[in-house]
Amino acid sequence: MTDRGGDRDMIDASPAGSLQIEPLGEAAVLLRFGERIDAALNRRVHALTAHLQTRRPAWLVDIVAAYASLALYIDLDAFTMDADPLTEAGAWLRLRLDEAVDADAEPTPRLVEIPVHYGGEDGPDLAELAQAAGISESDAIARHVRADYSVAMLGFAAGFPYLLGLDSALAMPRREVPRTRVPAGSVAIGGAQTGVYPRESPGGWRIIGRTSLTLFDPARDPPALLSPGDRVRFVEVAADEVAHRHRR
Amino acid sequence: MSLHVIQPGLLTSVQDQGRPGHRRYGIGTAGAVDAYSFAIANLLVGNPPGTAVLEITLIGPRLRFDRAARIALCGAEIDARLDGLPLPGWRPIDLPAAAELALGACRRGARAYLAIAGGLVVPKLMGSASTDLRGGFGGMRGRALARGDVLPLGRSPLSPPDTLRIASWWIDPTPDLDFAQPAFVHVLPGHDAVVPADALFSREWRVAAASNRQGLRLQGDALSLADPRERISEPVVAGTVQLPPDGRPILLLADAQTHGGYARVGHVIAADLPRLAQLRPGDPLHFVPTARDQARRLACAQRQRLARITLAIEQRLRPA
Repeated sequence: MTDRGGDRDMIDASPAGSLQIEPLGEAAVLLRFGERIDAALNRRVHALTAHLQTRRPAWLVDIVAAYASLALYIDLDAFTMDADPLTEAGAWLRLRLDEAVDADAEPTPRLVEIPVHYGGEDGPDLAELAQAAGISESDAIARHVRADYSVAMLGFAAGFPYLLGLDSALAMPRREVPRTRVPAGSVAIGGAQTGVYPRESPGGWRIIGRTSLTLFDPARDPPALLSPGDRVRFVEVAADEVAHRHRR
Repeated sequence: MSLHVIQPGLLTSVQDQGRPGHRRYGIGTAGAVDAYSFAIANLLVGNPPGTAVLEITLIGPRLRFDRAARIALCGAEIDARLDGLPLPGWRPIDLPAAAELALGACRRGARAYLAIAGGLVVPKLMGSASTDLRGGFGGMRGRALARGDVLPLGRSPLSPPDTLRIASWWIDPTPDLDFAQPAFVHVLPGHDAVVPADALFSREWRVAAASNRQGLRLQGDALSLADPRERISEPVVAGTVQLPPDGRPILLLADAQTHGGYARVGHVIAADLPRLAQLRPGDPLHFVPTARDQARRLACAQRQRLARITLAIEQRLRPA
């Protein structure tokens, strides 16, 4: 991290482990582990998130994980008038960080298997992606199925998982012109990441297959199939297994 | 006991205070963009705080009430009529049964809030009736109102007379909303610096047409980042001032996504979000640098004004 001068309103600039805690507006604080997309940094985010979840104070509304940072969202009404909620939240987070130093003994993340029918109408970009990678379609599928993924974060849309762990041979830039309509359940590749579209939406990622699982259902608890930190594996299935399970 | 939608208006949606606490699943809060007008509208009809209302954008709907109802219109100054008779805002109004409420253009401000005694009854998802337009859920089937929609109304302890009655008193929303004054918006420091450092504050900005509940896009001379390299996505909040590569800020509003990869050059304070919510395409705005303690004072002062308004309304509504 570079210091960009004194106008940064730091809550706690002490260099303990060179971690920074900074305000995110008036009702959230952000802790940054780094500024890269990196599986090890992301594991630290989820290990700390799991630790924080077990010790939630009444003022903590939400813990939002990102690639290399996490934010605590605060209920300001839970503090007295003369308290400074962000300073108190920052101090609380510091204490938890000290506790979590030995948190390598984190709980094993949940493994979720996602059945996918690759190619054909369900994966219209599979052929182009395989060609760009200089491999066959079946090799591309094999590489996508073989990898062990982790949910770096959920964002972009409700329940949309950004997955780390993609075989680098399958990385491919987004389409220059995004599709106006990507069907729900589409499994796609954008840059070095892969993800699944929870509902029909516009999108620029390369669509290689489709799953019958419902990634997001607002009436379900929890509403998202995947949680940040989960492990994910894709399992290849035949077309009809996806088709007949997909509700319109 | 229903509200019938004859014409839906430009973008009319069911909103309440929103659904905090689900951002980790990629679910934003949604909710009324102007939380201040939303709160006063509910107070004026005797609803508990957080009752679902209609948020009306720029051009209002035509609605028919099948029973007598007490309503209040707050927020934008909107052309509202009953059989051609203009109806004023910021006060309780009793409508007779079968009244057809014609809401036209917002003359000043961008978003009006229509509260109805008893509230709109829609299923709550994750604790909120708000429409999440990007996620396609909540409110009226996850979308803006459409012609022919019928919204059930809740029971109200009031029994409004079956005749038009317009209260002779009203609530003055200034200084929290003052359409006669240019918008000066207080901004807390963000993670990223621009060069020169005061450029956000020294330039005049205008609201671009491509603005919506997710964010206000601004027009003006492009800003430059002190450190222009690409960033990875981090959490954002309503009020975050994003700076995309084109150098024109985006101010996130109630439908903000949960994460953003653009630079964050500041955060609009919560007390100024209602004013932001009321800016129309083409409206000018100025940014004022603010520190955290001042933001807290301004939030506190706004809360006190709202508390005084709450007391005043409760006294007025109390049966004599």
